Amino acid sequence: MCAVRGLTKTYPAVRGRRGVPATPEVRATDDVRLDIRRGEIFGLLGPNGAGKSTLVRQLTGLMRPDSGTVEILGHDIVRHPERAARILAYLGQESTALDELTVSLAAETTGRLRGLEAREARAERDAVLDELGLAPLAGRAIKKLSGGQRRLACFAAALVGERPLLVLDEPTTGMDPVARRAVWAAVDRRRAERGTTVLLVTHNVIEAETVLDRVAVLDRGRVIACDTPVGLKEQVAGEVRVDLVWREAAPLHVPEVAALHDRAVEAGRRWTLRLAPEEARAVVATVTGGAAFAALDDFTLATPSLEDVYLALGGAARQGLVKA
Amino acid sequence: MSVVPAEVLPGSALAVEETDRDAAELGPRARLWPALVAVYRAQLSRARVARIPLLFVATFQSVGIMILMRGVVDGGAEAQAVVAGSAVLVVAFVALNLLAQYFGQLRASGGLDHYATLPVPPAAVVLGAAGAYASFTVPGTVVTAVFGCVLFGLPMAHLWVLVAVIPLAGAALAGLGAAFGLLAPRPELATVLGQLGMSAALLLGVLPADRMPEGVRFLRDLLPSTYGVEAFARTFGPHPDWAFVLGDLAVCGAVGVVSLGVATWAYRRAAVR
Repeated sequence: MCAVRGLTKTYPAVRGRRGVPATPEVRATDDVRLDIRRGEIFGLLGPNGAGKSTLVRQLTGLMRPDSGTVEILGHDIVRHPERAARILAYLGQESTALDELTVSLAAETTGRLRGLEAREARAERDAVLDELGLAPLAGRAIKKLSGGQRRLACFAAALVGERPLLVLDEPTTGMDPVARRAVWAAVDRRRAERGTTVLLVTHNVIEAETVLDRVAVLDRGRVIACDTPVGLKEQVAGEVRVDLVWREAAPLHVPEVAALHDRAVEAGRRWTLRLAPEEARAVVATVTGGAAFAALDDFTLATPSLEDVYLALGGAARQGLVKA
Repeated sequence: MSVVPAEVLPGSALAVEETDRDAAELGPRARLWPALVAVYRAQLSRARVARIPLLFVATFQSVGIMILMRGVVDGGAEAQAVVAGSAVLVVAFVALNLLAQYFGQLRASGGLDHYATLPVPPAAVVLGAAGAYASFTVPGTVVTAVFGCVLFGLPMAHLWVLVAVIPLAGAALAGLGAAFGLLAPRPELATVLGQLGMSAALLLGVLPADRMPEGVRFLRDLLPSTYGVEAFARTFGPHPDWAFVLGDLAVCGAVGVVSLGVATWAYRRAAVR
């Protein structure tokens, strides 16, 4: 339903001024090719600055690409950006346009601006607020809510006035588990009943693994992989991740530990190792017995996550994906 | 060489793997009036949350200026100019200054994306917001005008002319404010432009024109709020010349149409970057 071909956008270099360092030319999206199928939850995963939001802005008609095509449900969005608003609903990261409205008025107004009649807009508003458990907060100003509630209220506004494609930019940021469940239940219901397609931007690895049908991994503006989460993880199936947390410092006087030092990624007291399964077993045996054990605070042994996939595919950022 | 463009040759269409080749039906477009009313209503509701303190500020400022001027001016044409100028100043403060700040912040923070991804005519967003900000000025302007009449002993018989002055001066100044906010490259600059516009309305509108040097008087003629002030001031006379009042109001209305048009164009430009 959504085909993206050769999408490229370059931000021009900015000359430095007093107090502002110069920034070189940045290629925010680089020859991006994607195919999103009807009814799937398609994810864009990558660390901050990978080009996720720039890509989404081009898909929603908010930004004109330098070159390339975007076709959604048969409509050329690059040539007719104004049509995007009639095909998709967009939940951006900013809520400033709705901040000072009440939850109820934000949802109703958004519905009206999506072309609903007053009566329809009110009916849909009530249905969506009930569905998301926001009815008790309906009369409160969005600005006065907590971060997660505010996000949920904006999500509610995005749902009023049905659209076949939902574009959600980090929709669950700051939400508690109850609110997250409400979001994914609402998405699933629309998918089952109306075949709604969802394009989700996230840097949350756990969420990506649990809710996405397929995921495109972005790194420095390029799509470095695109597959189901399971399919991607099979690419690094031969590896196991071992996390070791030392009490104070690593016992480098133990020869086996010293030998691992070069292969570990250190973050404070934590060492992360990516090893073949039999190697991992040997490491666990070493550190849980003998001299090293006294220095060990905690250890975990895990199968690879999408973060490991990102790193294995040559993702440049060593940090930036969230595991929560 | 073939003169048939490549696009019309069979099999030259862009290769798309998807099966749904036929374009899907688009969702409805929001029509101008319902969308304008929805934006207006939403903006008006913001007053409860954020604007009431500022409306007090606008009114107190104008009342304070009149009290100060009471010591300098003792009636006649000058008193009429001071009262009219102070009343229109409330409109300038809210419609020009605050609206410039609002759109400046909305643009800088990415809040315009919300409207830009809804199928709403740009004019509905700009006119809805401008209309709401012009409406915010009604209580302050009326209070200022009544207080001024009492303070300077002016007749209140023709205060009804505010029914025309507020929307027309409001349209001209709100359009200007919205254009400032949407065109300024940074929100701080939008704030500065709004403040400067309001200061101009204050100095050139409240101070009696007869005492100004030629150059300043020319500037005064360029400012749209001047015509609202003039129209209002004329109605305090014993026999107001209604043709001149209408003429002044017509200038306000014309400037309003132009500035709101510019603001709508600026919105389009700001929405797609």
